[in-house]
Amino acid sequence: MIGPDDIPVLPRGVRIHWDKVRATWVLLAPERTVTLDAAAHAVLSEIDGARSFGAITEALAERYDAPAAQIAADSAGLLGALRDRRFLEVVS
Amino acid sequence: MSVRPPIAMLAELTHRCPLSCPYCSNPLELARIDAELDTDTWSRVFREAAELGVLQLHLSGGEPASRRDLTELVRAAREAGLYTNLITSGIGLTERRLRELDEAGLDHIQLSLQGTDAAMADRIGGYKGGYDRKMQVAGWIGEIGFPLTLNAVLHRQNLHQLPRALEMAVEMGARRIEVATVQFHGWALMNRDALMPTREQAREADRIVTEARQGLKGTLVIDYVPADYHSDYPKRCMGGWGTTGLNVAPDGLVLPCHAAQTIPHLTFDNVRDRPLAEIWYEGAAFNAYRGTEWMAEPCRSCERKLKDFGGCRCQAMAVVGDAAATDPVCVKSPHHGALQVQAEAFAKGSEDALTWRAAPKRAAEPAE
Repeated sequence: MIGPDDIPVLPRGVRIHWDKVRATWVLLAPERTVTLDAAAHAVLSEIDGARSFGAITEALAERYDAPAAQIAADSAGLLGALRDRRFLEVVS
Repeated sequence: MSVRPPIAMLAELTHRCPLSCPYCSNPLELARIDAELDTDTWSRVFREAAELGVLQLHLSGGEPASRRDLTELVRAAREAGLYTNLITSGIGLTERRLRELDEAGLDHIQLSLQGTDAAMADRIGGYKGGYDRKMQVAGWIGEIGFPLTLNAVLHRQNLHQLPRALEMAVEMGARRIEVATVQFHGWALMNRDALMPTREQAREADRIVTEARQGLKGTLVIDYVPADYHSDYPKRCMGGWGTTGLNVAPDGLVLPCHAAQTIPHLTFDNVRDRPLAEIWYEGAAFNAYRGTEWMAEPCRSCERKLKDFGGCRCQAMAVVGDAAATDPVCVKSPHHGALQVQAEAFAKGSEDALTWRAAPKRAAEPAE
């Protein structure tokens, strides 16, 4: 499970892309495409390879006026699943 | 039925290849070298694909590195907005060429593996020195930092090397491995006796993959294509005919799958004559087996029909002689029992009787 001090990184070959034909954000990865809903797009867009997961959830909490703990709980599952598929790396 | 846009396109840039694997997925009738699409036409096709909704482009062959304009093609694909994947044996790639591909924006490399040592790999590939060269290329891929998938093609002669293939993928830093048991179309169909896995090998591979998926979770993703003659349900071929992906052959023919030309009554459009979107939505070959309307029993009333779409049309054609029949791999097919008996018999065939793939023909000599 990703912790507040961990720094999530989208590794080379994984990028966020606007799919203009289907009018949705997607995550492009080696030979795979993941459709992103608004919440997933919001958290992945914050990943810059420098800020920690804690800092990211704080920023999202402020922007969307929602509890940081709730955002952390919701996005940890997504990031964990992406990590298992090697679409995300974590620097601790 | 509403038809959705395709996600993936396989561009077979050429049928030329330094290797001559006896299970090559190219058709028996290879596209002639002088019939290959030129750089500008491929670039136009990439733009049309992106407009149509394709996100993932697989540059394949033959060996795509046999195209001198590979770097230009990668650049054109990236400019079109496509995620660009190179499917290669590694032969024909130099360190300098890889760095040019990196600069052009290549996203990912899938490297094929014919065996886990030179003796096996060079025999299967029919190319002496190929394995050592491939290992050198794998080293450069790692140094440059390309994301890597290893594609191990397995059959009776090398299935015992699966554990080592998994280790090699980890050692090379691959994020993913495709463990692909040979599917019997085209060249592989000619080599069924020599390549058919035994039932025991198929079960052992299932076990190894299941264990490795646990043990390597978070390190290596394993995509697995099992030995389907020994299975009870068919594969969902191409994700469903005309639903997910399309192939463009070296000469511009647009195919619903790489083996579709083995279905003799189908006619195929060419990107030289018709826009790609029109071919996808209206082309006769794409509509032939789309959806479920074409199905007969036992598929028509089957609860799995939207799960596997009746399996592989080309396999039904090859084994049963009817492309609209249920894939004979399926337990519900009247041909299932016979296929399993056949598979056992093929698996006792001679390993020496390999027919290696031929080379594409060059331009015809002008008449005297």
